[in-house]
Amino acid sequence: MNAIVTVVGQDKVGIIAAVCALLAENNVNILDISQTILQGSFTMVMAVDAGASKVSIGELRELLEQLGKKMEISIRIQREEIFDAMHRI
Amino acid sequence: MLNQKDILSTIEMIDQQHLDIRTITMGISLLSCCDPDAARACEKIYDKITRCAEKLVATGEDIEREFGIPIVNKRISVTPMALVAGASGTEDYVPFALALDRAARNCGVNFIGGYSALVQKGMTAADERLIRSIPEALARTELVCSSVNVGSTRAGINMDAVALMGRVIKETAAATADRDGLGCAKLVVFCNAVEDNPFMAGAFHGVGEAEKVINVGVSGPGVVYHALQSVKGAPFDVVAETVKKTAFRVTRMGQLVAQEASRRLDTPFGIVDLSLAPTPAIGDSVARILEEMGLEVCGTHGTTAALALLNDAVKKGGVMASSSVGGLSGAFIPVSEDEGMIAAAEAGVLCLDKLEAMTCVCSVGLDMIAVPGDTPAETISAIIADEAAIGMVNNKTTAVRLLPAPGKTVGDRIEMGGLLGSAPVMPVHPESSGDFIARGGRIPAPLHSLKN
Repeated sequence: MNAIVTVVGQDKVGIIAAVCALLAENNVNILDISQTILQGSFTMVMAVDAGASKVSIGELRELLEQLGKKMEISIRIQREEIFDAMHRI
Repeated sequence: MLNQKDILSTIEMIDQQHLDIRTITMGISLLSCCDPDAARACEKIYDKITRCAEKLVATGEDIEREFGIPIVNKRISVTPMALVAGASGTEDYVPFALALDRAARNCGVNFIGGYSALVQKGMTAADERLIRSIPEALARTELVCSSVNVGSTRAGINMDAVALMGRVIKETAAATADRDGLGCAKLVVFCNAVEDNPFMAGAFHGVGEAEKVINVGVSGPGVVYHALQSVKGAPFDVVAETVKKTAFRVTRMGQLVAQEASRRLDTPFGIVDLSLAPTPAIGDSVARILEEMGLEVCGTHGTTAALALLNDAVKKGGVMASSSVGGLSGAFIPVSEDEGMIAAAEAGVLCLDKLEAMTCVCSVGLDMIAVPGDTPAETISAIIADEAAIGMVNNKTTAVRLLPAPGKTVGDRIEMGGLLGSAPVMPVHPESSGDFIARGGRIPAPLHSLKN
């Protein structure tokens, strides 16, 4: 099952490392990463494969939210279908 | 790979523009629960609802978590109760409402609709018993919503039922006087009611529907408002195109959630309702969309035209995005549930007469409007008759949900809290409609040829 992880917030050292480490710990494979600074905000979009994840996508969401809180950035994970539905015919 | 800009725009819609799924509503047929013994019928009703909708709330929450899209309400609609209760040899229908309330609580939904009667052409004994029990039923339950269909394009308007509903609304307000007449917020009077409406308080599961079904109502006034901010001053063709594209996106999301819920609950997918449903939150208002089109305050001249464009463009955009569209599908203009409407009413710009004109071009009707507590029942009936006439002649659904708050008068405000919001009391015409309503009988169905 593919999902999209988005990270938005104030740029600081170690954001990518922390997010990737959490995903790796839970056996979530990263398929693609794109990262920019958008209007002064660090913005990263990752496509991941959560098919073999150790935890459910709901639990993954909570773990990422906790990490986001700790790093004072916003991190979320959503199933890819929602973006496909809204932006592709 | 998806475009990064698209992904971020979706997230912005959810985070800052109040994009959400307004409701997943499970329609359940209760026709199999008819029983000569009322107590037994109530048991069957409770059992069937709790069995069918056992996982509705949990499934909604799972989808919410996985897709990262808020699903604000999970609700149930059932067969119009007059049809089910009519099989029982009882005069007291309130226990049926209590059974619905218990079942709704047990399932964890926030409303259950279908304490209803369809009397557009005439009333059966059961219909009349149910209608007369509405004030007590709504006072003694918390989650039950009630609706009565008093007219249709094919049958005309049942003016006896209209007269009765004026009194029932007043009695419902009196029975819930301690809560600002809150009962009336859960009571809708329809013309041309639809059988697959997922929105409360008017939802019921029509007799033409399957055993059970999943209907979804989307929402997105904030997203449309935001999109229109990027086309300031552009001609109306551009405005309509922008609304269409936005409605398409919003509806696609609704379709996805509806299909997912239908699959997980093993219940057929019914329809997506393409309504723009506002909330009292800042930035989630239909009135502000109309103002963004160039009106100083919603309710001024031009408002009806702006709303007509909006309503039509939402449908055109949404229709292609869903495999099955139904319900009410149009912009809602509930005064108390829309921050911009509340402001316009408080400024004295938006009045009842203008709202009536607006209902000619949008769904659904005079919705969540507080009127003085001493408004005569006949005046309320006459307002219902006007609104039903608009629906009957124009082949559309119209409805009336008025709140005659006991003890309140023009200038006061009633507070209902949550999604129901708060409403300034609006003036009604003081001149009597008493003799008009006293006539009773039926207004014949209109001619639908010779259209010039």
